[in-house]
Amino acid sequence: MKKIKSGRQPNRSRAGDVGVAIVLCIFGAFFAFPLVYAINAAFKPLNELFIYPPKLFVRQPTTDNFSDLFLLLNKQGVVTFTRYMFNSIFVTTVGTVGHIMIASAAAYVLAKYRFPGSRTFFAAVTVALMFTGYVTQIPGYLIMAKLGLTNTYLSLIIPAFAMPMGLFLMKQFIESSIPDVLIEAAKIDGAKELKVYISIVLPLVKPAILTLMIFSIQALWNNAGTTYIYRDELKMLPFALQTIGAGGVARTGAASAATLFMMILPLLCFILAQSNIVETMASSGIKE
Amino acid sequence: MSIANWKASKKRQAHFLWKDIKDHSTCYLFLLPYAIVFTLFFIAPVIVSICYSFTYFNVLQPARFIGFQNYINLILADDIFLTAVKNTFLIAAITGPIGYIMAFIFAWLIHELPRSIRAIAVLVFYAPTISGQVYLIWSIIFSGDAYGYFNSYMVEWGFLDNPVLWLTDPRYMLVIVIVVQLWLSLGAGFLSFIAGLNTIPADQYEAGYVDGIRNRWQELWYITLPNMKSMLMFGAVMAISQSFNTADVSMNLCGFPSTDYAAHTVVTHLIDYGSYRFEMGYASAVATVLFAVMYLCNKFIQRFLMRLGT
Repeated sequence: MKKIKSGRQPNRSRAGDVGVAIVLCIFGAFFAFPLVYAINAAFKPLNELFIYPPKLFVRQPTTDNFSDLFLLLNKQGVVTFTRYMFNSIFVTTVGTVGHIMIASAAAYVLAKYRFPGSRTFFAAVTVALMFTGYVTQIPGYLIMAKLGLTNTYLSLIIPAFAMPMGLFLMKQFIESSIPDVLIEAAKIDGAKELKVYISIVLPLVKPAILTLMIFSIQALWNNAGTTYIYRDELKMLPFALQTIGAGGVARTGAASAATLFMMILPLLCFILAQSNIVETMASSGIKE
Repeated sequence: MSIANWKASKKRQAHFLWKDIKDHSTCYLFLLPYAIVFTLFFIAPVIVSICYSFTYFNVLQPARFIGFQNYINLILADDIFLTAVKNTFLIAAITGPIGYIMAFIFAWLIHELPRSIRAIAVLVFYAPTISGQVYLIWSIIFSGDAYGYFNSYMVEWGFLDNPVLWLTDPRYMLVIVIVVQLWLSLGAGFLSFIAGLNTIPADQYEAGYVDGIRNRWQELWYITLPNMKSMLMFGAVMAISQSFNTADVSMNLCGFPSTDYAAHTVVTHLIDYGSYRFEMGYASAVATVLFAVMYLCNKFIQRFLMRLGT
């Protein structure tokens, strides 16, 4: 048997590695395009935004667009920019933490136990992913109003707790990556269900938790909140930025700065989460 | 079997069911918070809107029951719905499978990269999804006048004599919607594949090496794919719901309604009825039909994925 060379994965040819790199570079350029475009557009002076023939890269970068944006945001009305910022950050944080806790607890029992109703419930969750959200808006609003939740942060936070995608992803993960013997062993050692869930299941599905976090932050951060909230001081950041963009051609510069501004938080969280996902691999080897 | 016997066995069954439920009381406790929120905000609205599909409901007046009339009109009297169905099937049949396979292949290729640059590579490929509304730049790229990037370069390089109206000419619209939709397809499924690939224990690959697996393709087929089965199922549901629900791309790039309804999809059709013509009952019927199609499609794909790697 050939010895496995250290530092290199076995079963990999050099030519194959190069091929992979080339394919990824070509397609990468195609997919990275919006990011490159958004970053460049945000720093373009107005004359470069409308130049003919259009150019992708900025030639004389300027931060004018950002100063325009904050100027516009501050004189927009009674509600200050920082209030919108607070609303969005608060809702995103609480919603994401709650979603991860509630969805993963439910996913754990659905993945590891068969009890009356468990299959039906899980089927309902996957099926709920397929119903067009558009026609459920009116019944959804009526339910919110009956519960007295309109015009509160809770109208955005609570539904986020039960996003079907999160439970589905988590259940699939727990099912495939946690062996039953591990849970049984912990129980024989005297661990209660809650203890098993917190100190065995959760640490082992860290990649899934981080992925869930990305989905949830993306959904909540981009929510303008205008469906259930009509008091201006409770609306979210995207609402404030949309009103800037709606100002027409003269606001093009500020609007492209706003686009980039909205992307900063999800991007940071994304990079943080992804580098953690990649790192967890080495530590998750379970011996059966 | 006598009646008394039958009653006794029923009673015993009920007793067992009750015992089963009691034995799993902790499970129900874990599930409870999610179940309450999910039922209230996800299941109930779906059921109510399915009920609306049997009514005439214009949002302003109370709904009036009309039986299957909406469904009958939908199939027999609505020509535009047929166009929408045709377009949606075309979009779904192309972007669904290709997007799904693409998501897996790229996730797998990225996983082959050295660990240090993987996070950046994931970011690059996920960029279209994370940047939200940025797909709107395609409307600048394919803009019909000479200011559009695509027209501008094509004219400059001599491939075209005159700018082409990419987004308003029925011959090209659907193709562009499909391209943009494909570009957007590395979403939730892709990220779950990335996360899933990271949980396959390394010793399985080592064991495979010892057992005679000699290249990365064999490794993919015998070790990676069977281990990824549950992620692949998740990705399939995501791909189905994304490809059948195509609407935003079509509305924002090709206009709403689009020229000759050339980029009209089932969802843009129901948006048309729901929010412009105030026929929510009819829109709900469209949604219910779409839902049924997606459900069947999902059943079929899950059955296929079950057999993977065996």
